[in-house]
Amino acid sequence: MEYVARFLIGGLAVSAFALLGDMLRPKGFAGLFGAAPSVALATLGIALWQHGASYAAVQGKAMMWGALALLAYSIVVCHLLMRWRWNALPATISALLVWLCVAFGIYFAAGGSA
Amino acid sequence: MIVKLSLSTLKDTRWYEYLIRFVLGGAVTAFTGVVSSLFGASVGGLFLALPAIFCASATLIASHEKRRKREAGASGRRRGQQAAALDAAGAALGSLGMLAFALTFRLLVERKETVAFIAALVAWTVISVAAWWIWRRIRAFRRVAGPRRPEFAGRELT
Repeated sequence: MEYVARFLIGGLAVSAFALLGDMLRPKGFAGLFGAAPSVALATLGIALWQHGASYAAVQGKAMMWGALALLAYSIVVCHLLMRWRWNALPATISALLVWLCVAFGIYFAAGGSA
Repeated sequence: MIVKLSLSTLKDTRWYEYLIRFVLGGAVTAFTGVVSSLFGASVGGLFLALPAIFCASATLIASHEKRRKREAGASGRRRGQQAAALDAAGAALGSLGMLAFALTFRLLVERKETVAFIAALVAWTVISVAAWWIWRRIRAFRRVAGPRRPEFAGRELT
């Protein structure tokens, strides 16, 4: 039941931000919504309700490493598309490897805990 | 350029594209919950910034641009790549906002929970918009100052 609730809340939060991003112009500005904290809002809300503030604070700190990884990921995707002329789907999926490496790289460099 | 809100752009998106984003968003949120319960809050926290939804949205944007160009009689492949790259550039700027969101939430959540959410959202908005504005100013300055690199030409998509 918990995961069904997570699924519905996350789906709604992501759809709301995506809809807003679709309606905004110019496209570069709408792209900001590609990094909207929609999953974070849903997950941190549930974490706060289920486990309390200190658990949510730990997740919030780890999210900072994830956000830095997202920055690296977005730059790599941009270059794969413009410089190496990859299509969107292979570029965005293969760059997930960059996200994983940077996120876990910072995580372990910070001592394996947030 | 002024930021505009246009309802007519929603016509480009098909019903199943909304469904894909809803399902992906829900799946990533549920997946984050599974990771947190298996590996702890800190590993789960990393996945709050997983760009899984970005893969879908960038691909949809590229396909919309391709479709538009095809209807005009061109292949549209390059235009699709440019539109997706512009979305990725926006996401890079938005990731700075996400960093501000996480930092603000982390600092405030143990003091006042509701305030932490509101302040984090405000931080995301302010930093993202400021980063975008600075980025536009730099691009405008470069355009005036000298020629751009050819591989990054064509970013004037709006």
